[in-house]
Amino acid sequence: MITIDHVSRRFGDGPDAVVALDDVSIEVQRGEIFGVVGQSGAGKSTLLRTVNALERPDSGTVTVDGTVITGLEGAALRQARHKIGMVFQHFNLVGNRTVAQNVEFALEAVGVKGDERRRRALEMLDLVGLAHRANDRPAQLSGGQRQRVGIARALASQPDVLLSDEATSALDPETTRQILDLIKRLSGELGLTVLLITHEMDVVKRICDSAALMEQGRVVEQGALEQLIRTPGSRVAAELFPVGEAHYTPGHRIIDVTYTGLSADRPVIAQLSRDFGLDVSILGAALETIRGHQAGRTRLAVPGDASVALKVIDRLTSQGVTAWEVHP
Amino acid sequence: MIDPAAPEFWPQLFAVLLEGTWETLYMTAIAMAITFVVGLPLGIVLVGTEPGRFLEAPLGRRWLGRAINAVLGFVVNLGRSVPFIVLMIALIPVTRWLLGSFIGTGPAIVPLTLVAIPFFVRVVEIAVREVDPGLFEAAESLGASRWLVVRRVLLPQAWPAIALGTATTVTSIINFSAMVGVVGGGGLGNVALTYGMQRYSALHIVFVVIILFVIVQVVQWLLTRLARRLSGATPAAGRTARRTERAALDLDDASIVSAPARGDADSPTR
Repeated sequence: MITIDHVSRRFGDGPDAVVALDDVSIEVQRGEIFGVVGQSGAGKSTLLRTVNALERPDSGTVTVDGTVITGLEGAALRQARHKIGMVFQHFNLVGNRTVAQNVEFALEAVGVKGDERRRRALEMLDLVGLAHRANDRPAQLSGGQRQRVGIARALASQPDVLLSDEATSALDPETTRQILDLIKRLSGELGLTVLLITHEMDVVKRICDSAALMEQGRVVEQGALEQLIRTPGSRVAAELFPVGEAHYTPGHRIIDVTYTGLSADRPVIAQLSRDFGLDVSILGAALETIRGHQAGRTRLAVPGDASVALKVIDRLTSQGVTAWEVHP
Repeated sequence: MIDPAAPEFWPQLFAVLLEGTWETLYMTAIAMAITFVVGLPLGIVLVGTEPGRFLEAPLGRRWLGRAINAVLGFVVNLGRSVPFIVLMIALIPVTRWLLGSFIGTGPAIVPLTLVAIPFFVRVVEIAVREVDPGLFEAAESLGASRWLVVRRVLLPQAWPAIALGTATTVTSIINFSAMVGVVGGGGLGNVALTYGMQRYSALHIVFVVIILFVIVQVVQWLLTRLARRLSGATPAAGRTARRTERAALDLDDASIVSAPARGDADSPTR
């Protein structure tokens, strides 16, 4: 649905130039929620803005639903933008206009007129649970409510794609959950493809199907979440499961065990100790709910050499969990 | 020398002040009206054509935006740096060409307008610059046309500051209008000049000062009130709000809107 193909963007010239995007390629499937994580300054924001051409790349192309966005100008670009909604960290609502007028603006941009426009704006507000605040001003609403208006405005023109620029970063944890659940629900109901950027791992954990990690303008990792957590050395997975540092002690091997779904309930580690007669010690563990499913990771220290570690890993793998040795 | 004890003094004073006040208001109102109509778009264009703004490439041409911005900035600075008295004299041929004469209250409006426009353009510039860039970005992301962005985002957000700046501009036009006696213009400034200075009537000056003070106060008060209203609700917002309320009630019949909507709909529109 969204194809970002070898996109680069630098700001400034000469030695002061900042490379915001360095040959970035990302593929977002239709209907999925794709999260780009990274620290501020990693280039996430610039990346997101290339998708609706608020930012123009120096090289590379961005394609949304078959349309090459990077090649569009003027009216054609405005048309394409009607199919790409966007929500912002600071909501960006017009303060001197009412909530309903803010949503109507999106429809006005599309060319919907009069009563039809008001009716549809109210429908959108109803969809986000704010129809009763239609005549209030944004300043009279809480942060979470303002973001709901932002979402209603972004979706008013019935786009296929929703871009989210740190939509929950200015909100408290409880409100963040509500907004994320709303995005999740609407993406399902309306068949939206969502591309979001965030610096909060919780966002990825709660709603993302796929994720990419950005660092200094480069994508260092990307894939479906299920896959990433089963990939040895995945930094996204390491962020999701904070099992602590690996402390290497002589005569021990360190093994990471990752389990999802049903296998999370089975006593695989106790069984391991029994079967091999090993004193397995647990260095750290993290259990998380990822997209509504239980998933966990345990870091083990196993006495013995590489062959013991291999045997242990084989056994664990045969029991349907993913395990690998962590090397110093 | 005028004798305040003479029986005809007060009626004469009254007549002179009335005429002066009328002329001042007349010159100021027309000059301000023209200034507003010309200055508002120029101010918006001046900010809009800056790099990275919504008008940076009018007609898809980046060089055109840069050129307009440079020329406009230059002209505004030029206009702001010429002293009014010099401008007034320099404009005599222009006024004569425009109106056929350069003497009198009517022709004096030409230099008054030309001194006020650059001032007002800066006022609009500041008001527009204050608008959160995030709002333009959001509007752009929605695929809104430039004209829609100006109407629905830029102006609603800038009106309060423009209203306050208009008060300052009016005050400054009144201020300059006191000098138009040089080109035969009337007004309260001319009253002070001819009766106060040349004929030593302190009373004339006192009344001119009082009237000018009252005019400035009233203008400032009115426009401050207007600015407050505009930042709360534009009149158009009130109209749309009432219509939206009706639409909300229609929706309510279809049991889409939840119960609180009814309570809110009953409350008076802000």
